[in-house]
Amino acid sequence: MLKRVADSLYWLSRYVERAENMARLVDVSLQHLPNVQNLDNESLKKHWEPILLSTGDSDLFYKVYQEANSETLTHFLTFDENNPSSIQSCILAARQNAHMIRDQISEEMWEVINLLYHFLKNQDAKQVWEEGPFSFYKKVKEFSHLFQGLTSATFPRQEGYDFVEMGKFIERADKTGRILDMKYHLLLPEIQLIGTGLDHGQWGAVLLACSADAAYRKTYLSELKPKFIVDILVLSRTFPRSIHYCLMEFNNALHRRTGCPLGSYSNEAERICGKLLADLSFKTPDDIISVGLHEQLAEIEETISHISLLLSKQYMFFPVVDPAQEEQNPAKNQ
Amino acid sequence: MDFSNYLCDHFYDEMFDAKGVVRPHYKSVLESFSALSQSDFDRCVSEVDKSFLHKGITFTVYNDDQGTEKIFPFDMIPRIIPKNEWDHIEAGLKQRIYAINLFLKDIYTDQKIIKDGVVPKDYIFSAPHYRKEFVGIRVPKDIYVHICGTDLIRNTEGDYLVLEDNCRCPSGVSYMLEGRQALKRVFPKMFPSVGVQSVSQYPDQLLKVLKHIVPSGVENPTIAVLTPGAYNSAYFEHCFLAHQMGVNIVEGQDLIVENNRIYMKTIYGLQQIDVLYRRIDDDFIDPTVFRKDSLLGVPGIVDAYRAGNLGLANSIGTGVADDKVIYYFIPRIIKYYLGEDPILKSVDTFLASEKEDFSYIIENMENLVVKSANESGGYGMLIGPHASKNEVDKFRAAVKENPRNFIAQPPIALSRHPSWTGKNFEGRHIDLRPYILYGEEISIVPGGLTRVALKKGSLVVNSSQGGGSKDTWVLYS
Repeated sequence: MLKRVADSLYWLSRYVERAENMARLVDVSLQHLPNVQNLDNESLKKHWEPILLSTGDSDLFYKVYQEANSETLTHFLTFDENNPSSIQSCILAARQNAHMIRDQISEEMWEVINLLYHFLKNQDAKQVWEEGPFSFYKKVKEFSHLFQGLTSATFPRQEGYDFVEMGKFIERADKTGRILDMKYHLLLPEIQLIGTGLDHGQWGAVLLACSADAAYRKTYLSELKPKFIVDILVLSRTFPRSIHYCLMEFNNALHRRTGCPLGSYSNEAERICGKLLADLSFKTPDDIISVGLHEQLAEIEETISHISLLLSKQYMFFPVVDPAQEEQNPAKNQ
Repeated sequence: MDFSNYLCDHFYDEMFDAKGVVRPHYKSVLESFSALSQSDFDRCVSEVDKSFLHKGITFTVYNDDQGTEKIFPFDMIPRIIPKNEWDHIEAGLKQRIYAINLFLKDIYTDQKIIKDGVVPKDYIFSAPHYRKEFVGIRVPKDIYVHICGTDLIRNTEGDYLVLEDNCRCPSGVSYMLEGRQALKRVFPKMFPSVGVQSVSQYPDQLLKVLKHIVPSGVENPTIAVLTPGAYNSAYFEHCFLAHQMGVNIVEGQDLIVENNRIYMKTIYGLQQIDVLYRRIDDDFIDPTVFRKDSLLGVPGIVDAYRAGNLGLANSIGTGVADDKVIYYFIPRIIKYYLGEDPILKSVDTFLASEKEDFSYIIENMENLVVKSANESGGYGMLIGPHASKNEVDKFRAAVKENPRNFIAQPPIALSRHPSWTGKNFEGRHIDLRPYILYGEEISIVPGGLTRVALKKGSLVVNSSQGGGSKDTWVLYS
């Protein structure tokens, strides 16, 4: 497999997962909105700002928009092509990557990305807002699931598949961390609200954003407790969106590539990933909370991005040349 | 759907004869379409358009600020060729490619045809796509043109004439295959009732051709399609063919030449490539030999080819056969090498660099089609009878300036075919590009790309200038 192809497969998969998580974030925040009382500008800002903080796009946002409210945020996070993490930007990038390797992926995979692209192109923020954002974000999520399902059903289990898996799981691990971290930004200023209905609603929103509510209830048979929520979203070995689970899957794919047995390593990416996994394997939720959830998540995020860099260096690292600069012939439809 | 007001005017119509009676090979299709309601037809059209869009079967128009992707317009009514006509076309094309290939071998080795005075040497050496770097180099199996797309038109009598050859990187074969798929989906019953020969074997045959030119001694060859990249207008086709053949698709940046061998950069290191189906023109393929500013190609690839470590389709320097001045000599070339008369006629051609022809062209430009000798895509062409005085004057000056670069032909009233305008069926001019493969033997899939000039009255069928395509059916009988 070409290095360039591995690179595109990895990023294609990451961008699709990223778009899905962005849809989850926006969707859940919108749904949670009715629980917030007194929807004046200040409380709307409080409601939306944590998303910006957790995705790290706050500065970019305030460069362009005056205030954070439902409509500006929906636009920024969904359609704004100047925001590299907007759903639109993610899908554009995913399609570009898919386009460059469309002979390498199944026709079904390409078509669903292309469909999603055309679906987004034919929408705008106003329309989404008017027609009900719920069904829109649901659709984006469904497209992502369709892509992942079709990948699972039509893509041979060869090298390429492992790069798709690595992209998907590393992105998901990162985003689950950020969704959980959003709660930290929400919570911070008003510590006295802990245990109130608002607090409950916010934890519930975090679980919903990760599709973890049903799994939570089945596993813990308990009302929402931060400790259990940290357990299911960070440490669980069975919940498929937990950081630990995602990194295990990432690690498996990485080791399939190298042929190096699990528990040992043959390159830096494997070593750092193995170290993080060992740490997560022996941690308890209390360990995390006593150090500070936000601090722990920040550390994990940093390690994850380091692993991604090491992976690129190992397999993909590829100088980017823009062929648009050099077209061979203006009349190419000969 | 209603055909009762359809007019053939004074053109050769593919579906109806001069009296307006449907030709026998179209009878069944006409009945099927006539039986369709408008709403069913509309549904089929939108289904086909949607499937093209969703598959991303698009091309890029240059010189267009929007500059991104458009669907290649697809006209629903298939163009039908009865077997006897196809047999004639097939025999003519095989003869032509065989002779062109002998010609290329000759001008790059012994140059007998020049010594015998059949084609003046100045015309060959002045052809911009003649590659003096390749004189004396033997190519695998002596095959130069492995894939050729020859454009055919029909005149008012219905004779098939060769309009031009594309011996470099002819495109469009993916539209032939996808167009067939699309029609099969919406009109599944029509095919068996008419008896249409299959085209789907094309990728297999192409793969066979590529395997035929594997350097000797290689057992399990690595084959790849070399593309200029995702921004090229034919990128869909490059991917499509690679995918259908199950081979790699590579860009110049994926490749490296070491010790006259070409390798691709894989996740595990370098892997040698044995055969390339390249879709990059000569000019751009190797900056150490041809255009120095090219980033698309691979430095050293020409050396690897010359050293015999690489099979390359098509070979380098084939563009000389596409030169419209050389086109003029093809009937003589066929006669010279094969001792046969050409089975397919060419269009009468005047060479601006011949004294008598020159005066004729200059004096009669308003009544001629003037073409620059090495342009494609419908560019660099004057259709005298349709042109303004200003355009004619411009061309006249250009011809005077550089006669070698121009030829002229009488305008041919291309045959027409019923085509959907959005409101009704009207006659639109069409051509035909069959794809000829030259490996162990010469083969042509029965069919090709029928291009249709969708603008009313237009004779330019190129997709960059408002052309569309039709599925092309060659019948079993």
